[in-house]
Amino acid sequence: MDNLMQIAMQNVNYGSIMPSLVLCIFGMALLLINVFLPRGKTTPASWIALIGLVVTAVFAARGWGDPQFGFAGHVALDKFASFSNIIFLFSAGLTILMSDEYLQREGYPIGEYYPLILFATAGAMWMASGTDMMTIFLGLEVLSISLYILAGMFRGQLRSNEAGLKYFLLGAFSTGFLVYGIALIYGVSGTTNVADIGMYLKSHPAMLGNPMTIAGMLLISVGFLFKIGAAPFHMWAPDVYQGAPTPITAFMSAGPKAAALVAFVRILILGLDGLQGDWTSLLWVLAVLTMTVGNIIAINQTNIKRMLAYSSISHAGYALVGLVAANQIGVSGILFYMLAYTFMNLGAFAVLVLAGKKGEENLTLEGFAGFGFKRPFLGVAMSIFLISLMGIPTTAGFAGKFYIFAGAIKAGYIWLAVLGVLNSAVSLYYYLRVMVYMYFKEPAEDYGWVTLHAGAVISIIISVVGVFYLGLIPGKVMEMARMALFF
Amino acid sequence: MLDSYLPIIVLIGIAVGFAICTTIFSRLIGQKKPTEVKLAPYECGMPPVGSARERMSMKFYIIAMLFIVFDIEAVFLYPWAVMFKKLGLFGFVEMGVFIAILLVGYIYVWKKGALEWE
Amino acid sequence: MITVNHYLVVSAILFSLGTFGVLTRRNAIVIFMCIELMLNAVNLTFIALSNHLGNMDGQVFVFFVMTVAAAEAAVGLALMISFFRNRESIEVDDISLLKW
Repeated sequence: MDNLMQIAMQNVNYGSIMPSLVLCIFGMALLLINVFLPRGKTTPASWIALIGLVVTAVFAARGWGDPQFGFAGHVALDKFASFSNIIFLFSAGLTILMSDEYLQREGYPIGEYYPLILFATAGAMWMASGTDMMTIFLGLEVLSISLYILAGMFRGQLRSNEAGLKYFLLGAFSTGFLVYGIALIYGVSGTTNVADIGMYLKSHPAMLGNPMTIAGMLLISVGFLFKIGAAPFHMWAPDVYQGAPTPITAFMSAGPKAAALVAFVRILILGLDGLQGDWTSLLWVLAVLTMTVGNIIAINQTNIKRMLAYSSISHAGYALVGLVAANQIGVSGILFYMLAYTFMNLGAFAVLVLAGKKGEENLTLEGFAGFGFKRPFLGVAMSIFLISLMGIPTTAGFAGKFYIFAGAIKAGYIWLAVLGVLNSAVSLYYYLRVMVYMYFKEPAEDYGWVTLHAGAVISIIISVVGVFYLGLIPGKVMEMARMALFF
Repeated sequence: MLDSYLPIIVLIGIAVGFAICTTIFSRLIGQKKPTEVKLAPYECGMPPVGSARERMSMKFYIIAMLFIVFDIEAVFLYPWAVMFKKLGLFGFVEMGVFIAILLVGYIYVWKKGALEWE
Repeated sequence: MITVNHYLVVSAILFSLGTFGVLTRRNAIVIFMCIELMLNAVNLTFIALSNHLGNMDGQVFVFFVMTVAAAEAAVGLALMISFFRNRESIEVDDISLLKW
């Protein structure tokens, strides 16, 4: 028996990649089923994909009680990854539920849609469980490439084409910065393993001031901030969110953003904690900038999809506040907030999916006039999601913001918390305006085209339950988020 | 250190000199009887058809895209081939899985009709 | 004597050229070529550092960057084709339906 083979076999642990492995197998199977089926026959592809997500959830949950490590320190299915995986699975599941009728209505029942969502989710999982720059980079790329295609999926629609192309060009550009940063950090520390980088920098404090280390940290931050959609790297977000198919916009604003955040957290806190003074002051400024830019521009939007895109930027800013705090409450607050945001944002988008007409999914504020009385169920659901996005108590949004700002105050960033709260107050204006249009304007139309499809309704109900569960009894999930931390 | 590059510099000198000499001498000594056929762009001895600046068919694009992907993925075979004996059966099976995944992509492309020319 | 610093400087120059090209060029394919230039500058950095440090991680990373770049190229060209079919242009100034 040869030495190398022994080492190779010992280090491989399929348990550590089981969730993403299952997703990939389901994705490939769906692709093949799709091409081998005769033309005109449709598969219950969305249900197969959902089964895949449930099976994956079982394996992801296994990492909670029994952490798995494998591939020579490249992959860790620890509690942190396990919790993040659940966020990704919820965002993928809710997206798939609201997609089926939407694709039929828009006339693009594309077979590759569901496999690509599964692949994107698998990529997100690699990012969350990657403990090596290589795994994180690969996960990020699997996720991004799937999303480029999904954003540009509606081939005949110029809007979708533009969104895909724009996302692709800017996404690939930011990837360049990210890998260059990784290369510089590798040059300093001689390793791509996140924990080893942290250990090296701890034992060689002289290297912390090295321009190569600082440049590497900055470039990696640029790459991730781009993916998170933080200002000043947010320019792509509104355009892509507006142009992409609505369920994909919903998915992009929740799952991938959470994936980029958790990978960023792992790199900054585990690998670059020696530079904490540098990156906190950087992120402090960017968090304030992101919140403010997102909120201020959202005020001017009349298109609800675009408004939600800007609001999504400002929510990325709130999440960054938790990262500035970089303590137990702040970082577990990020995990909690991303789960809460998944429910409230995907729920709001599910309402948008149902409220749209073929080819006219971009609803304007006027298009929502009187919607609340004509369509009471959707009106109430939309109001709940908007209230949660504002951060009013008893909803998930409030609990999430509360933990994040509490973390900031505990770490001594009182002004940051104050600015965050002020920003939330600003955001009240544009969220409330939607509700004003829904309930206090004369209905221009009778909204007869709106039919309550089972899939989207199920995803709305799940989201409502999630919003209230996390809002009324946040303690248990927050406790889990705190246990999930690796530091 | 630079001494070891001397043969290369000599070779470059000879190559450049040869190229310059042949061009100059053929310009000086050679006869020039241009005809229309001689001035036409050389296309493997076939008579040229149309302009060279035509738009290419989209089909070439698709084939090129597929080629890029499948060609580059083969890069993983080289390090495996170098370590083949040391990695043994385990490496063989892992590479088999990798090829199988590529095969899924190939079957997908084939059944989608991306390889059909017409 | 050519040291690792020379390679790092060359790759930094290449990376900057790529970045500059992305920011100034208007043709989507040329922009994409500039992005590829950036990625190859990174590859050069990785290989030089890997050789300098005497460990193989950097070279393995290069394999992954290459394959990822190939996948990106395929997807990107496909997106450009579908944009071109609807718009008859791949100038980024024509990507204007949504505010850039």
